[in-house]
Amino acid sequence: MNIKKYIKIYSLFLYTSIASELEYKTNLIIDFITAILSLVGSIFLLTIFFQNTDNIGGWNFEQALVIQGIYTILNGITNTWFNPNLTEIVKHIREGTLDFVLIKPIDSQFFISLKKIAPSGFLEIIIGFVLLFYCISINQININLGFLFLCLTTLFCSIVILYSLWFLISTTTIWFVKTWNATEVLRSFLYIGRFPLSSFSFSLRIFFSIFIPIAFITTIPSEVFIGIAQIWEISFEIIVAGIFFIVSRKFWFFALKYYTSASS
Amino acid sequence: MFNLNKNKLTTLLKVQYSNMLEYRVEIALWAISGIIPFFMLNIWTNNNLNESINLSNVMLSRYFLSAFFVRQFSVVWVVFTFEEDALLGKISPYLIQPLNPFFRYLAQHIAEQITRFPFAIIIALIFFLINPESIWIPSLGLFLLSCLSTFFSFLIQFLIQSIIACFCFWTEKASSIERLLFIPTLFLSGLLAPVISFPEYVKSWIYITPFPYLIDFPANMLSGNNTNVISGFVMQIFWISLLLPIFKRIWSLGTKKYTAMGS
Repeated sequence: MNIKKYIKIYSLFLYTSIASELEYKTNLIIDFITAILSLVGSIFLLTIFFQNTDNIGGWNFEQALVIQGIYTILNGITNTWFNPNLTEIVKHIREGTLDFVLIKPIDSQFFISLKKIAPSGFLEIIIGFVLLFYCISINQININLGFLFLCLTTLFCSIVILYSLWFLISTTTIWFVKTWNATEVLRSFLYIGRFPLSSFSFSLRIFFSIFIPIAFITTIPSEVFIGIAQIWEISFEIIVAGIFFIVSRKFWFFALKYYTSASS
Repeated sequence: MFNLNKNKLTTLLKVQYSNMLEYRVEIALWAISGIIPFFMLNIWTNNNLNESINLSNVMLSRYFLSAFFVRQFSVVWVVFTFEEDALLGKISPYLIQPLNPFFRYLAQHIAEQITRFPFAIIIALIFFLINPESIWIPSLGLFLLSCLSTFFSFLIQFLIQSIIACFCFWTEKASSIERLLFIPTLFLSGLLAPVISFPEYVKSWIYITPFPYLIDFPANMLSGNNTNVISGFVMQIFWISLLLPIFKRIWSLGTKKYTAMGS
């Protein structure tokens, strides 16, 4: 692996996809408004929940806002990188253009996962961080280096888990051809990440920890953020992220063995 | 303008139904992706949030199951199909045919709903297995009325999306407008929380907008919760009769503006 080469290629990817996205400037503005509205809607839903109670699942309103912030950041990352690229896999396989990817002297997972970028997601990431900064003041959080390090580590692990989930599901396209809808199922399940895991019943909590680890994706980083996370949770998240990433990569190469190109 | 008869309608439906049957797995996945109301129900009952709005657990679970059903049979995606067809230039051959292409899309949606029906029933059965106390049989009259209002809800959303889809004639990428409009639909229609639980400052104006009539009104009727049947139908018909002429107008403006591929 030549890291310099990959950085250079990635900057070229960035340049071309931003250039093509900027052709649709009004779309950018509309997507920005959509991101804000969707956050407003979620906070509206939270205020409904908190109308007559001061906590759901042990989280008060200010703490629940942290989850919204983390969710918004992760959703922004999904919209910027995962969604535009991984839905493209379906197209590659249906139209047989995956061949052109595989013959390139470059890692196929790298190419497929990072080729495109949708800049409108950046705005969502920024909104998420703004909300988190606001949460720092209303939750009276002391910032120090250790805290920042833990926050960034868990957030990074969440991104890795999220990416691996998307990539695993998209890879199944090699057998089923059309998994566009499977990612839609994943999306609707991820929606649960807007709420603390402890607000669900026991059986759903198990489901969202083992089958679809939404618990790890938003709840643990938020717990770290408000300072109630346990050490074992953090280390567990790091391990899960590692396993997910390795499995998704192995699964991709395993699936490629079954790929029969367009004409064979 | 519409130029439709019974023969064309049944042929369209038959063709689209057999087409949709080929995509059974996909449609099953779509049905699964609609289960958000059940997660919401779990949050509501697990935290006893429903005590404040005077809805028992059983009534609330019936409400959310009905909301799931109403949503299943009122999902609209015409703008995405139309956008793709417009970008790929497929609209031109459709325009030559003596039939408004939106009837083709309408038939697609109805055929998809028919295909979806068994999957929705299976999900409901699983729901009843987990929550046996929430089983109920609505009276025949209310059942038929809620089917009708679900269809009206579908029509309202279909018209709104078709109007947005016509923007493709000017901007090519209209689906982002639809995603924008989907946000208020998601939060205000009653899919995630029944409208009755909304704070007063929202309840004071929401009943003038089309949103509560998309899910909350049919779901309340189906689940046997309190709702004003007459004013609900009046508002649904009001919105349909308002949107239909707008659609006709924008369609005729758009087709004049349309330049086929290569011109």
